Amino acid sequence: MRKILQTGLALMATVVSVPAFAQDGGIDQAVNDAFAAATGPFVNFIFAPIPGTAFPWIVMWLVIAATVFTLYFGFIQVRGFRHSIQLVKGEYSDPDDAGEVSHFQALTTALSGTVGLGNIAGVAVAVGIGGPGATFWMILAGLLGMASKFTECTLGVKYRNEYADGTVSGGPMYYISKGFKERGLPGGKVLALLFSVFCILGALGGGNMFQANQAHAQIAGLVGDFPGWITGVIFAVIVFAVIVGGIKSIANVTEKVVPLMAVLYVGAALIILIINYDKIGWAFGQIFEGAFTGLGVAGGMVGALIQGFKRAAFSNEAGVGSAAIAHSAVRTKEPVTEGVVSLLEPFVDTVVICTMTALVITISGVLVSDPATGNYVLNGSSIQTVGDVSGVSLTSAAFAQGLSWFPYVLAIAVILFAFSTMISWSYYGLKAWTYLFGEGKTAEMFFKVMFCVFIVIGAAASLGPVIDFSDAAIFAMAVVNITALYFLMPIVRREMNSYFERLKSGEIRRFKN
Amino acid sequence: MTAKIVIGLDGSEAGDRAVAYAKKLSSLIGDCELIALYVIEWSPFSFQTAEENAERHKRREAEIAAATSRIVEPAVNALKAEGFVARGMVKHGHVADSLNAVAMAEKADQIVVARASDGGIASRVFGTSTAHLAMTAEVPVTIVG
Repeated sequence: MRKILQTGLALMATVVSVPAFAQDGGIDQAVNDAFAAATGPFVNFIFAPIPGTAFPWIVMWLVIAATVFTLYFGFIQVRGFRHSIQLVKGEYSDPDDAGEVSHFQALTTALSGTVGLGNIAGVAVAVGIGGPGATFWMILAGLLGMASKFTECTLGVKYRNEYADGTVSGGPMYYISKGFKERGLPGGKVLALLFSVFCILGALGGGNMFQANQAHAQIAGLVGDFPGWITGVIFAVIVFAVIVGGIKSIANVTEKVVPLMAVLYVGAALIILIINYDKIGWAFGQIFEGAFTGLGVAGGMVGALIQGFKRAAFSNEAGVGSAAIAHSAVRTKEPVTEGVVSLLEPFVDTVVICTMTALVITISGVLVSDPATGNYVLNGSSIQTVGDVSGVSLTSAAFAQGLSWFPYVLAIAVILFAFSTMISWSYYGLKAWTYLFGEGKTAEMFFKVMFCVFIVIGAAASLGPVIDFSDAAIFAMAVVNITALYFLMPIVRREMNSYFERLKSGEIRRFKN
Repeated sequence: MTAKIVIGLDGSEAGDRAVAYAKKLSSLIGDCELIALYVIEWSPFSFQTAEENAERHKRREAEIAAATSRIVEPAVNALKAEGFVARGMVKHGHVADSLNAVAMAEKADQIVVARASDGGIASRVFGTSTAHLAMTAEVPVTIVG
């Protein structure tokens, strides 16, 4: 164990002590420049606009998919919502399966990977660029995204691998290859490999560098500016201790504290909303008006829409495929039940928590508007803010308007959310990595060390290149996953119809009320 | 069998006291089956990492095997050696709820457990499993002091 830890620490020390980094611009600038140059072409391709418009094709891709799944499954997010609560409460869980992974556990594990900086910093980015109107599109994306999540999580359970030793592995790479084979379709293996590549990039981007970057921004905002790589190294050492050193107690503590922080975050938002209850109506007015007029934001209504959909997708990951990896461990004989439970994930993440953040930012008055026109004042492509802040600092400033002490709590929450998300994504990335390179200690160790190195890079790079790469990597996963979901959705519909018919007839037994 | 008694085991001296009292009751009743139950404390509403979830089934099987071989089997074998009719069970869940659920499913006449309160703050605030059982059980409960 000590040898492994020493090896990892030595590797990380090598990364941060590369002589070239220490020249003129400093380590942060060197990392940032190299990073922006390396990821630029990939980012540009993913966010290329539809010819003749300013609309990125990838955003349209997600919207269309979520709408298709919503219609194809007959508004499952509405029909299945009540049943999802019953399943999470354990009303349909066989008592003989006690001790196995429950629906609640699978859901909260998946949520710990999604609820985090996307809800705090991501929403601030959306509202900071797209205005309050972005919130409307974010909520709509969250509601539609529930159907995407249903599709992928049902397939995740149906086609998971159950090994002889009792462990399970699931996710898009498994359902793509097995599902395509079952339907006699070609190309399943290629798509599964492609998904795995993008999943690794997503794990290193949104699931890692974005988290490290925003955690550093929050700490620097509180204690004063200092080089990002210092935060990165500290984070990398702790993550390394957990995923390589096997120090589970850190992860266990985080898994228990994170839900508490989430409750505290929503509670604080509710307190601010209650204090400012007279502005809630006005804030919703801004959200609806901004959704269709833009209220002066760059790109108008389309600008608000793009930002809303982008940040919602990044926050709840519907259609991305990552949640299917987390949900696939549940104990159930009916894959559809986990699909139904997963409906709650975008609902909690986007419709509830993201909306809370957006309302607090809108109500706080940190977005500068022109009293004469009512439109927001622009500073480049973003809305001008009090104190010229963006990202997580904007959310922090908004909460501080209502609760002056909240930035300290938020700093702790951000660090814990970032850590929890990193642990979750290290697992998702590892599953994709082992799918590509096979199970084995050397292959796993290589990925884990690389994951830790990217934490340092993420914390050192400036927000622009990191957030662009994070988005691009996550959305690239969605390109492959959604393509496969279109081919596999008849299987999900067959399962869904069969399940609900048996539920209606009483064949599926309810164990408690 | 005319009677069934569920005995709560916990792997400690308290469990032994419960077994001793159940044996006395069984001798008095005569035609009686003893069901030795060990409950592994577990909640479906706890929080776990993705890695823990992936390994949960494997760990559950290991937990059941360990509890069976270390606690339940020795107790059942000792009872059988003394001429009692006995069998054992291992369940996951809340201790009091599981004891009651098994007693109901087996149509048992009584549950026998022993008091094992350590007097800590948590037990003072939230109560002990035995106290919870006494308050919620749907069959008669004997708590051995």
